[in-house]
Formats: sequence, structure tokens, C-alpha cells
Amino acid sequence: MADIAIAPARRTAPLPGAVDRRIEKSAPLTRFVLRLPEESITAAGAALGLDFTAPINRAVTAGYRMALRLGPDEWLVLAPAADAAIPGALGAGLADRLFSLVDVSHRQTGIRLAGPHAGAMINALCPLDLGSAAFPVGMATRTIFAKADIVLWRTGIAEFHLEIWRSFAPYVVSLLHEIGREYPD
Amino acid sequence: MLVISCPYCGDRPEIEFSYGGEAHVVRAPASVTDEEWTAFLYQRSNARGSYAERWRHAHGCGRFFNARRNTVTDFFEQTYKIGEAPA
Ligand SMILES: [Zn+2]
Repeated sequence: MADIAIAPARRTAPLPGAVDRRIEKSAPLTRFVLRLPEESITAAGAALGLDFTAPINRAVTAGYRMALRLGPDEWLVLAPAADAAIPGALGAGLADRLFSLVDVSHRQTGIRLAGPHAGAMINALCPLDLGSAAFPVGMATRTIFAKADIVLWRTGIAEFHLEIWRSFAPYVVSLLHEIGREYPD
Repeated sequence: MLVISCPYCGDRPEIEFSYGGEAHVVRAPASVTDEEWTAFLYQRSNARGSYAERWRHAHGCGRFFNARRNTVTDFFEQTYKIGEAPA
């Protein structure tokens, strides 16, 4: 009977090497899913100071605000948690135009993964081509990591930002720790 | 892994996509008989060979699109946006 009692506890124990300085939580962010029809793109860009005409699967930044174009008419807008001006600015700038803005700040959590093996660590469980030609700095897309849907953004040649739905974050982070054991930094 | 070309995102791995059944199935009007309605709901051509299908880039841009795939070889002959005519 002792074995039965121990087995579940073993599955939830911290992984060896669970302190990995290449994997860290991002600073608190405010997050919005913004949907824009073609004719609202310019006005939305002027309202937030972001270039929404950038191609799909690209990230643009302006000051401390960031917009990741995840679909032809869909953006993930990120900003520091203290930035409370986005809904008001869009509402004023797009008063007579269509748009949809959903606050998803607490749906997701941000992870920063850095180091010379960062791409290889993601590729352990994500089949995207992360070579710098196919996935250059500034590229951002929804994709799949193991069984979790993530947003992957290349913020530097050896640095990625991951947006993960909160309930999937322990799953993704513990897998990254496990993979990290194969890649000493 | 099979690579599928999303009309919006380009070549992406198969596991990012989900299947959406036969494409270009025209909705039957409300005036049809029960038999015709059943056929619209459930009967598909299920072609052996070139087959028009809907796919969704579920773990990507999230968009539905159409594809023509050979059901014998699994080769994707083309993909095109909803509303566009196949080449
Ligand atoms: Zn796509």
C-alpha cells in the first residue's frame, strides 16, 4: 500500500533543476485581443501609436506597447500592467468604426526564455522551423508546444517570449525545465 | 511531418491544423423534404482522389480555408481562402 501512496506524490514533486535562470516570468502585462476590419486598421494605429499594417505573424512595438498580428484581422496587444489607457484611446479613436477589444490580461501568463539553446529547447516540442531565416527576430505566431496552445514571439536572436494560458503554464514551464536539463547553459 | 500551406501564414506543420469536412457543400433551403435535408446534413461525396476540404489553422491564425487534397496520396494540391475559387 505504501507504493500506491507514494506514486501520485512523485508525479507532482518539483523537477530536478527546477531553478533555471533561462526561464523566467515576464513582468506583469495588460493584454487585449483586438479584432479590426480592414477599414479600421489605420484609425486604430493612430489611436494606439502602433503600426497595425505590419504583415501577419509579425510583432510591432512602439514605446512600451506591443502588438502581435496573430491572424489577418486579429492582434494581441500587450503593454505594462500600469497602462490603463488602451480601451479609452481606442474607443475615442474608433468612435464611428467597428472593432472588438477583449481584455485577456488574466487569461495568460508571459514567459521569457533566453540563451543560446532557446530555439532548440522550444523545438524539442514544437515543430515550427525556428531558423533565423524562417523565424526571424520580430516574428510572432500562435503555435503548439507539446499539447498546449501558445503564442511564440522571437524578441531576440536567442530570446523568446511565450504567452501561455494560465492553466497550461505549469505544464509548459515544467516541460521547459525538463528539456533544459539536456542543454546546459 | 506533413506540411500544409495556410493561405495566410504559409507552410506550417500539420498538427497546427484541424479538419473541417468537405468544402463547397451548399446549404439546403428550408423548403426541402426530410430526405433532401438528411442528404445535405450527412451525405458527402467522400471522393477517392482529389477532394475539396475545409481546414482550419486552429493553432495559428485561427482561420478556416479550403484545400484540395488527394485522399489516396495525402498530397495537398492547393489551398485557397474561403470565398475564392479553386485554381
Ligand atoms: Zn494560418
